[in-house]
Amino acid sequence: MNQRSSNLLDEALGLDQASEPWPLKGRVVAIEDRVETSGSFILHHLLKRSLSRNSSNVSIFIAFAQPFSHYDRVLRKQILGWNLVSQRDNGRFFFFDMLKLQCPVGDEGITPGGGLIALYGKIHKTISALPEISQKNVSIIIDDLSLMEVAANGSSDHVLDFLHYCRTLTSEFDCSLITLNHEDIYSTEDGSTFLLQMAYLADILIKVEPLATGLAADVHGQLTVSNKGRNKASNFHFKVKENMVECFYPGRSRD
Amino acid sequence: MAAAKTRASSFSRHLSTAAPSLGPGLKCGPNGTVLLSSGIPDLDKILGGGFPLGSLVMVMEDAEAPHHMLLLRNFMAQGLVHSQPLLYASPARDPRGFLGTLPSPAASKDDKSRGPEPDQEKGLRIAWQYKKYFGENQLNFDGQRDGKHEYSNEFNLRNPLERHFINGQRVDCVSIQDSPDLSILQDRCTTFLSQLPRNDGSISCAGRIAIQSFCSPQCVYSNMEWEMLSFIRSLKNMVRSSNSVAIITFPPSLLSPSFCKRWQHMADTLLSVKAIQDDDKELAQLLTGYQDMIGFLNVHKVARINTQVPLILEATTFSIKLQKRRYLVLECLNQAPVDGSSGNSDGTSGSCSSSSKTGNLDF
Repeated sequence: MNQRSSNLLDEALGLDQASEPWPLKGRVVAIEDRVETSGSFILHHLLKRSLSRNSSNVSIFIAFAQPFSHYDRVLRKQILGWNLVSQRDNGRFFFFDMLKLQCPVGDEGITPGGGLIALYGKIHKTISALPEISQKNVSIIIDDLSLMEVAANGSSDHVLDFLHYCRTLTSEFDCSLITLNHEDIYSTEDGSTFLLQMAYLADILIKVEPLATGLAADVHGQLTVSNKGRNKASNFHFKVKENMVECFYPGRSRD
Repeated sequence: MAAAKTRASSFSRHLSTAAPSLGPGLKCGPNGTVLLSSGIPDLDKILGGGFPLGSLVMVMEDAEAPHHMLLLRNFMAQGLVHSQPLLYASPARDPRGFLGTLPSPAASKDDKSRGPEPDQEKGLRIAWQYKKYFGENQLNFDGQRDGKHEYSNEFNLRNPLERHFINGQRVDCVSIQDSPDLSILQDRCTTFLSQLPRNDGSISCAGRIAIQSFCSPQCVYSNMEWEMLSFIRSLKNMVRSSNSVAIITFPPSLLSPSFCKRWQHMADTLLSVKAIQDDDKELAQLLTGYQDMIGFLNVHKVARINTQVPLILEATTFSIKLQKRRYLVLECLNQAPVDGSSGNSDGTSGSCSSSSKTGNLDF
């Protein structure tokens, strides 16, 4: 399996050209998924692309959903002879385990979103401590935002503030920010503001949805990628495999 | 898992150890997971072996019928049969009473024959000379196993579980009705799970947590939406790093739609049960064997630990039947032959149209 082979997803994101500035530099990518179709495979794909690109790329993974062992096993199947443990030891991969983070209730006045501010500080510190060359090539990946809201006891304002702060990092350090959230949670009237704010912040919006006809073994769902930077929108089907994601136009089995 | 695959490169995967030794009621699953049985052999088959350790199972109840209790009973009974520690929480005043309704394992295999299997007979005709070996093997097998060491048991819902399975076991019951907040339940779960830490190596014992009707309105905390969600999140994380499986049943109609979706996203494995009207003529025309069905089970999501590939099932809706009024079975739905005279052969717009069994010519 040629790991450099790109697919429709890479094309839509601009990752197919091996151009030097990482196309997602300074960009915010928002991924929205649903119960029927989980979008975490896109995070794995982007992490794989980022880390295999060149040796100065660094990824900071903020995990609310799964422990390190899960990602390690998943990524191990994606790139042969490669694992997150060694990347972590080499200082190219930073894993922030946020599974137990819970902002204290009722503490919002004193330390607004206490835990989240500390998290931002940690990220900033980590990036500042990187060697000069890596500072310009950082990807921050958050899995996922709805769990960050739970950790913040439901105050989506604090989560949005946190995201705005991370946005400043994209301009200060040229990092890319990649987030995952669940679209179907916010589909009620008053709940949609958070999602809309995120969609506004994002340069690239990726929606992972089931097909209108339901789930199938050959086609796991459809992706809709809106790339504001390149003024492009694409829609295609996908099938997730252990080591990659296959993308193809409807009616074909591969692109 | 250790099967040799031919690779183009000379890289060879460094496998740390051989399969770890597992206690009773556990078996190895895909992607380095360890599975335990749900107590319903049909459900185990559907889910690919059972529930993986470290996963959170959520069951959406139907207010009209207590079918989720069937799932809970079998789940808990299976754990007790295998001497697995159990923590049970319910809104009842005295949850211990529920233990008296747990079913006992079925006596022997012959007791619940599923009738003759003519298809299998046909399939074996070519290999007729091996039939004699089949019979022998079966005898040997049954002789060596006794109920306790089977991975999964059929449970006889008519017979209560023998007392000795319940007494002298690590069974902890919590009533969640009167607690003003979830701290008591949280503490009990923490204590329970601290006995079952996960470390690489053999697993002598796995535990089960069963929480029934988590957001039912009798519970004082049931309007504290974010607290309940935080509890589920922290339970899921604790379960993830321990050798246990937690099952939570809840009535989705009592949650706001947005929170209902949040709970669904939390689940690793998501099931729902639905009641069947007693005398639904339309459904009776649509499905065969309708009279024996007591409800539907829907599989919305199957746990994907250590992998990113979703598990797409051939069918997601199954009928719940009680065979001989004692054994819980799940069956694919079969569409009844369409009556030509009624003219409407598109009458598949019933509630189960997405899941009719299509046989070997599946697309």
